[in-house]
Amino acid sequence: MAAPKKNPASEKGQDKAQEKGNGAKKPPIPELTRDEELKALRDMLLIRRFEEKAGQLYGMGAIGGFCHLYIGQEAIVVGMQMALKQGDQVITGYRDHGHMLACGMEARGVMAELTGRHGGYSKGKGGSMHMFSKEKHFYGGHGIVGAQVSLGTGLAFANRYRGNDNVSLAYFGDGASNQGQVYESFNMAELWKLPVIYVIENNRYAMGTSVTRSSAQTDFSKRGISFNIPGEQVDGMDVRAVKAAADKAVAWCRAGKGPFILEMQTYRYRGHSMSDPAKYRTREEVDKVRHDQDPIEQVRNRLLAAKMTEQDLKQIDAEVREIVNAAADFAQHDPEPEAAELWTDVYR
Amino acid sequence: MPIQVLMPALSPTMEKGNLSKWLKKEGETIKSGDVIAEIETDKATMEVEATDEGTLGKILIPEGTADVAVNTPIATILADGESAADLGKAAPAKQEKAAESAAPAEAKSEAPAEAKSGGGEEKKAPAAPKAAAEPDPEVPEGTEMVTMTIREALRDAMAEEMRRDPDVFIMGEEVAEYQGAYKVTQGLLQEFGAKRVIDTPITEHGFAGVGVGAAMAGLKPIVEFMTFNFAMQAIDQIINSAAKTLYMSGGQMGCSIVFRGPNGAAARVAAQHSQDYSAWYSQIPGLKVIAPFSAADYKGLLKSAIRDPNPVIFLENEMLYGHSGPVPKLDDYVIPIGKARIVRPGSHVTVVSWSNGMSYALKAADELAKEGIEAEVIDLRTLRPLDTDTIIASVKKTGRAVTVEEGWQQSGVGAEIAARIMEHAFDYLDAPVARVSGKDVPMPYAANLEKLALPSVAEVVEAAKAVCYK
Repeated sequence: MAAPKKNPASEKGQDKAQEKGNGAKKPPIPELTRDEELKALRDMLLIRRFEEKAGQLYGMGAIGGFCHLYIGQEAIVVGMQMALKQGDQVITGYRDHGHMLACGMEARGVMAELTGRHGGYSKGKGGSMHMFSKEKHFYGGHGIVGAQVSLGTGLAFANRYRGNDNVSLAYFGDGASNQGQVYESFNMAELWKLPVIYVIENNRYAMGTSVTRSSAQTDFSKRGISFNIPGEQVDGMDVRAVKAAADKAVAWCRAGKGPFILEMQTYRYRGHSMSDPAKYRTREEVDKVRHDQDPIEQVRNRLLAAKMTEQDLKQIDAEVREIVNAAADFAQHDPEPEAAELWTDVYR
Repeated sequence: MPIQVLMPALSPTMEKGNLSKWLKKEGETIKSGDVIAEIETDKATMEVEATDEGTLGKILIPEGTADVAVNTPIATILADGESAADLGKAAPAKQEKAAESAAPAEAKSEAPAEAKSGGGEEKKAPAAPKAAAEPDPEVPEGTEMVTMTIREALRDAMAEEMRRDPDVFIMGEEVAEYQGAYKVTQGLLQEFGAKRVIDTPITEHGFAGVGVGAAMAGLKPIVEFMTFNFAMQAIDQIINSAAKTLYMSGGQMGCSIVFRGPNGAAARVAAQHSQDYSAWYSQIPGLKVIAPFSAADYKGLLKSAIRDPNPVIFLENEMLYGHSGPVPKLDDYVIPIGKARIVRPGSHVTVVSWSNGMSYALKAADELAKEGIEAEVIDLRTLRPLDTDTIIASVKKTGRAVTVEEGWQQSGVGAEIAARIMEHAFDYLDAPVARVSGKDVPMPYAANLEKLALPSVAEVVEAAKAVCYK
């Protein structure tokens, strides 16, 4: 297998690119309050433990089909949510369990959908990639790579049409970034000044293809330059950096200035999905990121340095595990949908 | 209590694998995310990560064991504070089916076995619910009939719906300032303004997605495709986002949107600009598909389509835009979706068609009448849901049927109609169903070849006479 080309945004060089900061000196990252840190820790832990449990249930055969885990990327959704207000909307692709939990959807409803039960958010008819909550302003959950980008642009269109100041977040990956409809969406968003933040979760691999092997331009924050859309690269493993970038982008959009691109540099510890043996990267690479940059560890360390005790933090983990275990329990005992549901929800 | 680690399924089809390597030893600390073992399946070698924390208590399946069945306990993990003495009390991790191991059974649940196993009993699928089509509204006696072109009927339908509901808007190429590529949206920009009549860039995939997203947010977009040939760029958004999302979301996320534009052959525009998409869209559950012929039907059905909370494909025809017909002068002339109309009653042979196919069908009926054959011509008007009842009632009367479409024969709508007639009226048929369709070629440019590629009145007459054995 050919070695990846050396490139400023390659796996080895990504940290360097961040330091360089496109030529400008980066301002210091604003600190979070203790309450914000605690909430971030809890929210990220909920996602982490939920995903671990989902992986386990998949291994037991309780979850079938597709299951794409967000482990390692938790700081992105959690940091972005901290900048939103009621009414703002979220849409993403199929690595979506973390987004749902961050939006406030119930763990048991998500887990029961993964196990295909009638208590799942979609009554068991959608599965991992197709859950929605109008109430929590979460618009899916989409299986076709890139589809969520035009759909998210449409959500922003509706906001502009209605004259409200809601912002839409459209999340997609480094792989989806090469889809044609992404650029069609960028063009319309800037042309019509739509309030949409494009959050590119660059975890360096589109399934088995690294960014250096798939993308002629690996600085994804620049992908909107052709359409005059501003963009920034963000350390997606640091929830403080994510929140700071989110605040800036949200302010831009709410002011009616049009779309904004945020490239979140991140990493997934597991394979692309449950059936991916992930042979395209070394165990050492995964371990290094986990050791040096784990988003949850970063927050824990700051809290410990601020005189919280291990006991306090373990307590949070225990509470989160209880939620997740209760969800898994529900998800495995709730009945499957009634046979008659085969025919429902085709038409309104 | 100590936790049992089970042999995981590392792909949806894996039933057993080889435990090739242990990466932790008994007594070692385990943290969440640590790789503890390697497993070989027929497809790949995968790593097993721990999800629980504690100490590796006992390895139950030694390294190198082949053909370990999924869900077999392979190790136990001791939680903080437990010791080897607790190993005897190990509780199994939650599992659905009975494992080969000695693990005590979990409380029996009512839930059926895990999805992978394909279910114990083969349940017969419940029957599909039947929906009855509503009849056309009564046009009050004495109502003035206004002769207008189909182009005008479409424009009036959209204008009326946009006046009625501020959430309705139209987007597409040249719909605003150009006044419509085919002048269908003429005057709408002037009345409703640029916020509601929107010129898009030439980016069908993107703007179809924007329309669907706006519909998911509760607006009511009308998305115009300059022709449905260009909708192939956007078809993923139409099918996978618009049509299927209500179902996938268990009823939560509907999409009230109309995709409209010219479909099928025009004149001399050749292969890439002449395809008939009736068969493609009418196959999809979740879509409604409308293909009118008369001016009144164009108006009444487009209004219904815009009001319908489901995604609707509204197939027009460029050759019909200039045709005129009487339209009732009513404040709100709305025709229910899903009902066919008997345009010309007859007793000898049923001729079923829609959209521009009706042109051939009606002319053929006139020709046949000269020879004493009275054709009953049915205008389907809606392709999905298909009004089977009207077709079957007619065939039970005539015993003979001919379908007429401009699209290709293989897997066409005519094939579907023929199948349904066979299913519901087999004993009433005096002859096989005949299908008249476009020829199995891409549309040629030369005028003579184009004529040959399309159906003709003569072909419909010939088919009708054949099924009448004349």
